[in-house]
Amino acid sequence: MGTAGPQTAPLLALSGVSRSFDGVRVLDRAAFDLKRGEIHALLGENGAGKSTLMNIVTGVYAPEGGRYLIDGAPAGIRGPKDALKAGIGMVHQHFRLVDRFTVAENVLLASGQLGLFANAGEAARAAMEAGKAVGLAVDPAAIVGELSVAERQRVEILKVLALGARIVILDEPTAVLTDQEAGALLLAIRKIAAQGRAVVMITHKLREVAGHSDRVTIMRAGRTVISGAPVGTLSAGDLGRLMMGEETSPAEAAEAGVIEAAAPITIAKPGEERLIVSALYAGGGQGSVGVSDVGFTLKAGEILGVAGVGGNGQQALAEAIVGLLPVAGGHLTLDGWELGEFSVARRRDLGLRVVPSDRFASALIGELSVADNLALTRVRTGRYRSRLGSWLVGRRRMKREAEQAIEAFAIAGATPARRARLLSGGNAQKLLLARELEESGSGVKLLVAHSPTRGLDVKACAFVHAAIRKAVAGGAACLLISEDVEEVRALASRILVMSAGRMVGELPAGASASQIGALILGQA
Amino acid sequence: MELFLTGWLTSLPAFAMPLLLAAVGLILSERAGVLNMGAEGYMAMGAMTGAVVTLTAGNPWIGVGAAILAGAALAGLFAIATVVFRADQILAGLATVALGGGITAVIGRPYLHKTFTGLPRLDPGALADLPLVGGLLFRQDLLAYLGLALVLLLWWGLRATRTGLKLRAVGEDPATADVAGVDVQLYQAGAVLACGALCGLAGAYLSIVSSNVWVEGMVNGRGWIALALVIFARWNPARAILGAVIFGGADAALPRLLALGAQVPTYLLSTLPYLLTILVLVLAALGGRRKDAEPRSLGLAYIRQDRR
Repeated sequence: MGTAGPQTAPLLALSGVSRSFDGVRVLDRAAFDLKRGEIHALLGENGAGKSTLMNIVTGVYAPEGGRYLIDGAPAGIRGPKDALKAGIGMVHQHFRLVDRFTVAENVLLASGQLGLFANAGEAARAAMEAGKAVGLAVDPAAIVGELSVAERQRVEILKVLALGARIVILDEPTAVLTDQEAGALLLAIRKIAAQGRAVVMITHKLREVAGHSDRVTIMRAGRTVISGAPVGTLSAGDLGRLMMGEETSPAEAAEAGVIEAAAPITIAKPGEERLIVSALYAGGGQGSVGVSDVGFTLKAGEILGVAGVGGNGQQALAEAIVGLLPVAGGHLTLDGWELGEFSVARRRDLGLRVVPSDRFASALIGELSVADNLALTRVRTGRYRSRLGSWLVGRRRMKREAEQAIEAFAIAGATPARRARLLSGGNAQKLLLARELEESGSGVKLLVAHSPTRGLDVKACAFVHAAIRKAVAGGAACLLISEDVEEVRALASRILVMSAGRMVGELPAGASASQIGALILGQA
Repeated sequence: MELFLTGWLTSLPAFAMPLLLAAVGLILSERAGVLNMGAEGYMAMGAMTGAVVTLTAGNPWIGVGAAILAGAALAGLFAIATVVFRADQILAGLATVALGGGITAVIGRPYLHKTFTGLPRLDPGALADLPLVGGLLFRQDLLAYLGLALVLLLWWGLRATRTGLKLRAVGEDPATADVAGVDVQLYQAGAVLACGALCGLAGAYLSIVSSNVWVEGMVNGRGWIALALVIFARWNPARAILGAVIFGGADAALPRLLALGAQVPTYLLSTLPYLLTILVLVLAALGGRRKDAEPRSLGLAYIRQDRR
């Protein structure tokens, strides 16, 4: 490093930055700065203002007041293009990739260079070199749509690096990854920072802050409660308190930070056998992994965790039980009923409830109202029949029940008439739980929960976990399919590990993450 | 039999080229994500304008140029409605077809059934006398060769140029293209105009090249067949050539079969291209490969989530 000037001035500095939407102040005099070569964690719950702050940094939103400096001089960023020119690159949680294009074509598209002819070869080379330097290799000729989530994320990062970004912003980069993939990514992030770039890691996982970043900025309710504190000066407890506010209970803080602290529930007396799966075959083909020769028994009052890297047949397993995928071989019985030929509706009548991995793809309808979504699975039971005739729907009862559900599940921002799409991720998940678990105790016999907390913040996670525990305490059985090993460890009373469509091992509650990891990787 | 085949092959381009040009125009529009149902209307504009301008200016090349502009002009209206104001693409497309039919009927009436001299024909002498394929390869209008070259150029351009890459990105994932700095509306409007121009050229081919006369309704559903051809071609201009040969071939065979004295009711026979269209669409649906090739955001208006 040569002159003293640019070294003393932070790479990027914001102070007193505010922003309102529709009269609601989502960012209130926030402050944030970045130094070369650091990993800076931006911590906060959903809705704390992290994304808004970063959208101001990347020029998506214009700030209201405050100062924005790059290299000590006013940034003058008026749009995303200016930010790109200033060397600011962001990897969004929802990837900005064209699925049908190759990796090289995606890099080329993002580069926005002028010139008539597409030089995909050159783009591929640039991306490969950037990837090699930080240990993230991807085949430039691969079609993006055929890559795994982790590989797609790599493409996004390579895209940013290939464009020569000095500032790399990662929005919850580990939310979509398994523990093993997250470990590899965190190593790469360290290498990216070591190249002299600055990395911002937006997260709500405390352990990533403690173990993998240099400084931390914590946001709560639109404010930066701590800005750029060295990570070493704060304990996990401090971080949790600052992030969630003083009123947070120790249990919630524990849930947030070290999930291990929450004791896995143990069942005093296992109930009768609920779900029996034997020699099940389903799905597979056309590039997706099906279920091969899977067998297990799930008892009432039990949470059976299925751990494993995503794309190893979990989707097929869930869909076969729910009734979306035909059973190709073997047996599937719920409370003694052979499910094989049953429709989805009949399975639900037997007490099957589902929280799928993608709530808006196969559970909620975003364009329908909260009340309509709640009624969706119940309306066929005749519950909402109007006095005027059984084929008419009694809107008043739907509305009343929706109001009750909103209150019981604390669904923030919901009214019976509001469209479900307008709810935040955590609240949409609460809406789904309200529908699936409402008759807990009697109606729910089996809950199939697939990645039920993916992308949710700490409080919403805790809520979902509590709801699952409550349903199980009420006599339901739960099949918890999750890529988050900590989630499985925290909830499950038995753990199965799934790989390439098969169950490759079973572990009791209390198994360590490394034991589970060894089975996932096939090293046991 | 050889006479029949030779004649059939020689007349093939006259039937296949209009379909091909229109289909490739539609492919450009749809690859940019705009579902364009207006082809029948643009072709009608092209056919009428080409004939009228040729008759008044006395030069078929000027007629061809005017037809291209006329097709693009009608497509411009469609682009304003769908790309700028984000009107429903299907309804706007259907309205465009009706508009094209109406305009051509009004303006073209005085020129109905008036014949004129078309484009010059290539005549390399001995080469054209080759058995079977001589006429097909060497005795065509210049426009047939130019059109084919244009189609191949567009096929290559979609694959290998930066503009092609951006156009495809807009049709696949406009939000991503937008973030990458591509002007989504500009590319969509450009693709729609290019589609109108190519359809206008296809219409001119019908009136100036194939028949040297304009009659009302002479497009006769070819715009719709071109729309089906796009699906058959899986949005690939090179495959559209194959499709145009099959559809145009069926069309070209009809008058010849009748001339041979085939004992088939005329009306039944003339439904053949449309039956073929339905068959192809059903096969495409059964094959399940349609979704593999269809641009992901086809028919969806893109509204940027921008809250500056």
